[in-house]
Amino acid sequence: MSNVRVLVGTKKGAFILSSDGKRERWDVSGPHFSGWEMYHLKGSPADPSRIYASQTSGWFGQVIQRSDDGGKTWFQPGTPPGETTGPGGMPKGESNKFVYDTSAASGAPLTTHQWYDGTQHPWEFKRVWHLEPSLTDPDTVYAGVEDAALFRSTDGGKNWHEFSGLRGHGSGPRWQPGAGGMCLHTVILDPKNPGRIYIAISAAGAFRTDDGGKSWKPINKGLRSQYIPDPNAEGGHCVHHIAMNPTRPGVLFMQKHWDVMRSDDAGDSWHEVSGNLPTDFGFVIDVHAHEPETIYVVPIKSDGEHFVPDGKLRVFRSRSGGNEWEELSKGLPQKDCYVNVLRDAMAVDSLDKCGIYFGTSGGQVYCSPDAGDTWSPIVRDLPAVYSVEVQTLA
Amino acid sequence: MILVELPPHLRSLAHVCGGVQLDVVAPVTLRAVLDALEAQYPMLRGTIRDHVTQERRAFLRFFACGEDLSHESPDAALPEAVTSGKEPVLIIGAIAGG
Repeated sequence: MSNVRVLVGTKKGAFILSSDGKRERWDVSGPHFSGWEMYHLKGSPADPSRIYASQTSGWFGQVIQRSDDGGKTWFQPGTPPGETTGPGGMPKGESNKFVYDTSAASGAPLTTHQWYDGTQHPWEFKRVWHLEPSLTDPDTVYAGVEDAALFRSTDGGKNWHEFSGLRGHGSGPRWQPGAGGMCLHTVILDPKNPGRIYIAISAAGAFRTDDGGKSWKPINKGLRSQYIPDPNAEGGHCVHHIAMNPTRPGVLFMQKHWDVMRSDDAGDSWHEVSGNLPTDFGFVIDVHAHEPETIYVVPIKSDGEHFVPDGKLRVFRSRSGGNEWEELSKGLPQKDCYVNVLRDAMAVDSLDKCGIYFGTSGGQVYCSPDAGDTWSPIVRDLPAVYSVEVQTLA
Repeated sequence: MILVELPPHLRSLAHVCGGVQLDVVAPVTLRAVLDALEAQYPMLRGTIRDHVTQERRAFLRFFACGEDLSHESPDAALPEAVTSGKEPVLIIGAIAGG
């Protein structure tokens, strides 16, 4: 029987939730990295025992952690416990070194972006928001960082190199931080086209490369944002998250700051599918593992009130790829609930029936083992949940 | 032998329980101590000083012998009590945040 492993990043540590395919009884492991902000953990599709984690702190900066045994033990790539230095006392690796590429050889990409007051501000590395392991190589992993840029490691997380063509695209001086910072938070790898990667930045918009990261194009046509000077601008949109079903990599679903959007042409154009949602503000969006037209969102009241509307925690599901949405609330609190669900805090497993998972700012992680029809909490009292990922294990 | 006390989060990163002892070649300065610390515990690189600028991270402070050394030149000589191993260099995280 298959098992599932849910990787939960929280404000004060990481937790690993494990169950068999019934998804009724859970073992809880953690906190790992107690006291640190764990923005994201994700397992390698090519080697499920390999998990990467982003450990960060306002005091101590960014650390990358790696597990090669499914989360039982962890180490910083290049510096395993007990082997702190290499020959001659030199460091074995600097797994937390994210340095923007300013070399002339790569075109010396721009070094400033728009600040809150409209002036230009230098790029400053702050943290890794999202780690996206390669679909085929356990040692290759992508990192979306704040201030917005995309990095890649091809040696298991020891060394990181920037895809400078993204910041060098030319629109960078108009990128600006959202309330959470100027973060590159979404990285989607196309399983049918190894050269194609989608990324999204708050608040710059969505971008796509078709040549493995050398060059990038903005893919924001059809997005409309009233809060920017030109609502239909090519850039500047606050994209919150994008999701894709791997069987149809050209079809994308987006939760924008406001609006739920859909693209059927790999992001070249978007149209709104918010339909009958009670509010189209939100952060998460995800797609059913086996039904590419079935999508999930958690509507949030507004950009000024980051909690669910009416005190009710509800997931909304569309089985038609958007526009027509049904409320899913069985097992979720329907009174006096005022939590938020952040952009990386929803995931789906690939079991049959598809399991849906999400975590809240109140520290609950919910699971639906029946594609959203019913829900129950796996844990109720973790620190605020930043991210949820799930691994389906044979 | 130079003694350095780390904040708890950095102790866990470096896999040490208490303070650490470092051999530092004279002249013993804050920069030399941090260089030695990062050489012995490379996982701490970037957590105390910025990787590129080598500036102290904003929410950390350096103390020794009851003095705040955070704004002193990193190339200034440390007190004799530190260089003789009687007193540690303290790396302290700011009391802030949630």
